[in-house]
Amino acid sequence: MRDSDMESIFALVLAKANYVVYIILMMVGLYAMIVKNNLIKKIVGMSIFQTAIILFYVSIGCKRGATIPILVHHASPEAAAHGAEKIAAHAMEAVDVAHYINPLPHVLMLTAIVVGVATLGVALALAIKVYNTYGTVEEDEINQQLRSG
Amino acid sequence: MTRHLPALIIVIPLLAALFTAGSGWINSKAPFRIAVAALFFSFVCAVLMLIQVVTTGIAMEYRMAGWAGPMGIVYVIDHLSAIVLVVITAVSTLNLVAQKKNIDAEFNDKEGAFNALYVLFTAGLIGMTATGDAFNLYVLLEIVSLSGYALIGLGSRRAPLATLNYLFLGTIGATFYLLGVGYLYIATGTLNMAELATIIPQNMESGVILFAFIICLTGLFVKMAMFPVHGWLPEAYSQATSVSTGLIAPLTTKVTVYIMIRICMTVFTPEYTFGHLDISGFIVLLAIVTIVFGSLSALAQTNVKRMLSYIIIAEVGYMVGGFFLGNRLGISGAILHIINDAAMTLALFLAAGIFIWKTGGESRSDLKGLFAKMPFTMAGFVLAGLSVVGVPPTCGFFSKWYLISGGIQAGNTLFVAALIFSSLVNAVLFFRLFEIAYFEPFADADSHGSNHGSHTHGGALAIKEAPLDMLIPFLIASITLIVLGLYSGTIVTNIIQFAIPTGVI
Repeated sequence: MRDSDMESIFALVLAKANYVVYIILMMVGLYAMIVKNNLIKKIVGMSIFQTAIILFYVSIGCKRGATIPILVHHASPEAAAHGAEKIAAHAMEAVDVAHYINPLPHVLMLTAIVVGVATLGVALALAIKVYNTYGTVEEDEINQQLRSG
Repeated sequence: MTRHLPALIIVIPLLAALFTAGSGWINSKAPFRIAVAALFFSFVCAVLMLIQVVTTGIAMEYRMAGWAGPMGIVYVIDHLSAIVLVVITAVSTLNLVAQKKNIDAEFNDKEGAFNALYVLFTAGLIGMTATGDAFNLYVLLEIVSLSGYALIGLGSRRAPLATLNYLFLGTIGATFYLLGVGYLYIATGTLNMAELATIIPQNMESGVILFAFIICLTGLFVKMAMFPVHGWLPEAYSQATSVSTGLIAPLTTKVTVYIMIRICMTVFTPEYTFGHLDISGFIVLLAIVTIVFGSLSALAQTNVKRMLSYIIIAEVGYMVGGFFLGNRLGISGAILHIINDAAMTLALFLAAGIFIWKTGGESRSDLKGLFAKMPFTMAGFVLAGLSVVGVPPTCGFFSKWYLISGGIQAGNTLFVAALIFSSLVNAVLFFRLFEIAYFEPFADADSHGSNHGSHTHGGALAIKEAPLDMLIPFLIASITLIVLGLYSGTIVTNIIQFAIPTGVI
């Protein structure tokens, strides 16, 4: 592989770093959910898996050089004191979308975080019930108990 | 009033779920009554909306809080969602009423929590069906999943472990769907289904949209238990209590199939799903494997609930395969089968609920001699069994007829063969049960009592017909199978025909 190829791949990874990070996190979570023997570790993996998607959503709303989407006018205190006409005039100014990051994915993720917490809660409650029944949270030991009757 | 029906149908059960949870402390009978009232109210709303949509022929659109179109969340009731709403609310109400005695026995002094979860689950399904917003669908999907995990987890001793495995796979499925929605949002900048459907056809070549489609579909396949990712279903369904299975088994997989149809037809449009993409053949093949695998696994089971669970997996294959045949007959068959299969599964699991309540056992051999003891229940069970096999005039025959005709029109011999094979296996399965129940002598009291003595209500010798409050809802469910069969032509020409976009031939 030539150096220029390496450089272009490197540049691509750097430009899409958010995607790379979310996919790595997602795979870490998925790996833990599939491979780990301990139910609590599986639950942790599930949480990482969900967090990866949340980071993905949060990152797609971002823009270079943009600010948080709150309409703040660069009005000094004196200007604010001038009264309503001034504020109204500011509000009439066209909002340049490029100056603000997209708030929608972030708002969506507030809901997804709540869902994630609820799922984690249900999963841990179930893990407690499993522990009370079998006295362990290791899957192979539980399977052994199930097989022996 | 009629204008607000699409909101009321979900708001009332949601509020009721809130009140049911608390009312259990005041009065132990209140949660059940509130739950039945709320679900019945939703059922009436659903029927009224179906009548309105069919008579006017126009889809109802409700803007939540008055925010229009892509900005706000809209609920859309068209022919397809109206009929599915009627199915959901009817199944949910009937099952709750029929299994009152099982609830009392299994959820003693937890009525408040149980009924709240039950109503919340139904409210989530209603929302999933009615919503016109892709992200709102995800939230409601998770409401359904979370209350479903809790309902299943309240089951037998082994239920928590089965539920935990279901939870892992279910979360992967839902999160994949969420990821797909994220990519759709990147590509189109909207989450509104109607707007998505106008933007996607202009960007057919986009790789992002292709990825979104595949990842959404994969997530839904996990949720509906298609072949390679079906493992969670039999264990979870057979470990849950009869009343939970009676709700979850008929509805979850069927509503997920509905969501798949909605996503493929309304969001991605048939031109994209069937015309542009070349994956239908592969998915039909996957469905065929699901059908054959589900049927063969059902053959190996001795536990009745487990056997029924594997039949559900095979039925998922029917619907997914029928839909991805991509012609009008196949899609009509798939949609008709959503309705019929929900009714059939409800009848089967209600029958299973009665058997378990009466005999305390779930095994095939517990059915011995039951024909003589409970003739009406067994008559209903035979009807449900024949419907799953596909004997006319029960409804199972007609949806299978459409599916097979669709398979022939598409020239997919393998799919037709799989359907016929599965029907034959179902015939073997159910006639074996009928034989045990009809010809084998009733098990004597001693062996019965020692096996499941603690669960048996009234002792083995005293087994006779199920009490009327269980029997009547069950018989309504099984007679519905014939009614649906006799009116299947009407359903197809008046409702399903309008649910399929005109572009599909």
